[in-house]
Amino acid sequence: MVSELPPFQVLIDEHAGDVMAVLRGAVGRGDADDCFQETFVAALRAYPKLKDAGNLRGWLLTIAHRKAIDHHRARGRRPLPLAQVPEVAVTDPEPGEEIWAKVWTLPPKQRAAVELRYGADLPHAEIAAALGCSTEAARRNLHEGIKRLREELA
Amino acid sequence: MRAAIERLNERAAAEGLLDVAYASADSPFGKLLLASTPKGLVRIGLPNQNADELLEELSRRVSPRVLEAPARLDEARRELDLYFDGKLDRFELPLDWRLSEGFRLRVLRAIARIPYGQTRNYTEMATSAGNERAVRAAGTACGRNPIPLVIPCHRVLRSGGGLGGYGGGLEMKRGLLELEGALNRSPSG
Repeated sequence: MVSELPPFQVLIDEHAGDVMAVLRGAVGRGDADDCFQETFVAALRAYPKLKDAGNLRGWLLTIAHRKAIDHHRARGRRPLPLAQVPEVAVTDPEPGEEIWAKVWTLPPKQRAAVELRYGADLPHAEIAAALGCSTEAARRNLHEGIKRLREELA
Repeated sequence: MRAAIERLNERAAAEGLLDVAYASADSPFGKLLLASTPKGLVRIGLPNQNADELLEELSRRVSPRVLEAPARLDEARRELDLYFDGKLDRFELPLDWRLSEGFRLRVLRAIARIPYGQTRNYTEMATSAGNERAVRAAGTACGRNPIPLVIPCHRVLRSGGGLGGYGGGLEMKRGLLELEGALNRSPSG
């Protein structure tokens, strides 16, 4: 049986916090709210035609990710200002905005994987679903992204 | 987060994406659930009815774009408050009838014309809807009334004078009829 779409409010109640967390990581606190609006308006627009209600969280986070990309494009791909990046921050469980700014310089798939893993705390399988790739590919992108961050921040 | 969600509701409404707005409302009988479309009030859930199931039904039958947006229900809440205070004997709210059709819709439209404080029986409702023999179907139409209170199915009684049924429970039906002064022999007046 095809799972039915729950009332949209359920998505807000369950996932708005995660979407906001991802966006704060991706575009910074100041612009996260605008991207949040864009994300949910786009989701609301597309929702009645959504075929599969199986992974609504991944679906929302994918839209959030695209809105973050749009946002950066609109600002002319200007990276956030980078002051000194403290070395310890690489292993810091709550990376600050400087780290996220660095994440933004990664290739798109790696960037998405890192954002979804550390911004939204998604497991590999859900990152794969959100990115439309295999779990193995998601794991590889995440690994490559982290490796690159370590090198750049070393 | 709350401000962000309120902003989203406003934006959704402005862009025509708020197909079903809902909110809860207090009543002397317990919490009601109110839902409206851009056309008008479409559904009221009575206190003993499951709100989650009701929202799922709206998602299925009207649109899955269902959002909790209390500001959209302010007018409905205001009229209901006045009604429960005995200060309103006729609802002026626009209604969206889309959850009913055919014979049931005709029965509900007939019920909507029963004046405040008066009662009718199921046979009269069947007759008003164009089929005097469909008494049982008229009863079913009352039972499936999507907008109770505003479409006053509590004013429809059994032919012998018995209360009949009520989706919100017989105690509530009796309470509403007492509020309207429609139960002359009410012992608790």
